[in-house]
Amino acid sequence: MALKRKSLRRRILTVDLPMLAILAFTLGPYLWMFLTSITPESRLFTVGPSISGATVENYTRLFRTVGFADNLLDSFIVASGTVVVGLSLSVTAAYSFSRFTFRGRRMLMMQFLLINMFPLVLLILPLFVLMRVLGLLDSHLALIIANSTIAIPFSVWMMTSYMNGIPRSLDEAAMTDGCTRLGAMLRVVLPLCLPGIIATGIYIFITAWNEYLYALTLGGRNVRTITVAVQTLIGEYEVQWGLLTAGGIVGAMPATVLFLLVQKRLISGLTQGAVKG
Amino acid sequence: MSATDIPRHAMPERPVRRSLARQVLPYAMLSPAVLVTLAIVFLPMLQTAWMSLHEYVLFRPKDFDFIGLDNFRAVFHDEVFWISLRHTLIWIGVTVPAQLLLGLVTALLLNQDFPWRPLARALIIIPWALPSVVIALMWAWIYDSNYGVMNDFLLRLGVIQSSVPWLANPDTALGAIMLTLTWQGFPFFAVMILAGLQAIPKSYYEAASIDGASAWRQFRHITLPGISGVLVTAVLLRVIWVANSFDVIFVMTGGGPGYATYTLPLYAFIKARTNLDFGYGSALAVTFTILLMIIVVIYLRRTGKALR
Repeated sequence: MALKRKSLRRRILTVDLPMLAILAFTLGPYLWMFLTSITPESRLFTVGPSISGATVENYTRLFRTVGFADNLLDSFIVASGTVVVGLSLSVTAAYSFSRFTFRGRRMLMMQFLLINMFPLVLLILPLFVLMRVLGLLDSHLALIIANSTIAIPFSVWMMTSYMNGIPRSLDEAAMTDGCTRLGAMLRVVLPLCLPGIIATGIYIFITAWNEYLYALTLGGRNVRTITVAVQTLIGEYEVQWGLLTAGGIVGAMPATVLFLLVQKRLISGLTQGAVKG
Repeated sequence: MSATDIPRHAMPERPVRRSLARQVLPYAMLSPAVLVTLAIVFLPMLQTAWMSLHEYVLFRPKDFDFIGLDNFRAVFHDEVFWISLRHTLIWIGVTVPAQLLLGLVTALLLNQDFPWRPLARALIIIPWALPSVVIALMWAWIYDSNYGVMNDFLLRLGVIQSSVPWLANPDTALGAIMLTLTWQGFPFFAVMILAGLQAIPKSYYEAASIDGASAWRQFRHITLPGISGVLVTAVLLRVIWVANSFDVIFVMTGGGPGYATYTLPLYAFIKARTNLDFGYGSALAVTFTILLMIIVVIYLRRTGKALR
């Protein structure tokens, strides 16, 4: 009994308390932002952020006077569009990488990995020039295309890893039963890796939703995503921290919730390669 | 490609068609993704390289004069380039080890047995999910010289005597942003390392503790070798990611005060965006990419080996 109590105290000292400290560092800034956003503007600079007298005034202003709903819609269109493009283009590619051996396979796979590492600044300049020539600046399509430069290679890799987890014998069985290659892919492999596809899609959605530099450069008055809108709150309204932090909370909400929902599957997909390698 | 080399008439009809189809199929299935990435990634990249050889300022769109390597010569004589390069190296050299260390400690803690472990593991990745803009603004508010909680906190602890304008002071601005980036990036390390830790068989530790090995020796001889592969991969990935990322700096300080928080990609971006000098901006971007490729090649060779 005494031993047990001692080891419990030891655990609290060496595990629970350090973990709490790290969590405080992790969540502190976020909670501080939330606290600021519910503090009335009049009290913010006198007594500082506090829970007493909490208000949703900043949030209502965000939607009434700033028009945040439009920005949310823009972000939603861009992020969903990127998911559709990213997933649809990479399904067959991932199947090909996962199921066939052919000349140039390794090189092509590396090519997709390489794209993800190119500096964004290398692509943002020519994409701006290109969109200007095509007259696509300030359109959803421009942002979807720009985000796809990241989404396609990422999703090819993720889906290849998920498909590798499904035994080839299933394809062969389906083909013996008269399915074509494509039939085996569509009817057997895709349904089985649906959870993986959903996780990949959600990750693409989050990245596109959070993306800022493309949205700033290629967007404009018509298409202003949430990240750009949050940032412009600084310029247009001096620095109204209450409004700004409310914008931050709203802008981060969808991605945070989605991330927490799929984190387990996502992380296993993301780390699989790293652990093996 | 190789499929077309087969002399079609030399063999009987049916098997040829089938094997031809079999050889072409993988490429056909790849082609949508490959063609689109060619169009939206590789062509634009070539265009950057092409632009870097020209004098090209966006508000004088008629002038697109070929000047060879003049832009690159200018880069090497540009004082701001060297400042930015130095900051990029400090930026990587401090942020990545800080993220790694904090991530390692977090992963080791998360690998212990305690009742609220699932909750802690879920909450720890929140910084990872937040948009960079929100992170940047959140920390700008924390660092605010008049009302920021950072000053308030340190004043009360007695660490500083008067409020410090963290982001407006050239001596503290880069450090302040590096702390922000450490906060943003350490959960990635924690998650990766945790996966590595969990892949180490428990029996190793049991055997070691029967032999009387201390906790430190177990860490040194079992844990570290066990996660070394993950560590190297995660560090390489993170160096590339940290080097490339400049959205947090752009929102927090825009590179200022003066050039105090300029890094190379930020400098290239500002040159193009603010000065509309796409020729010189491209030259900077290309120079940065070439430098970065050293690390990318190391990473790709590692991954390439694992693919075999």
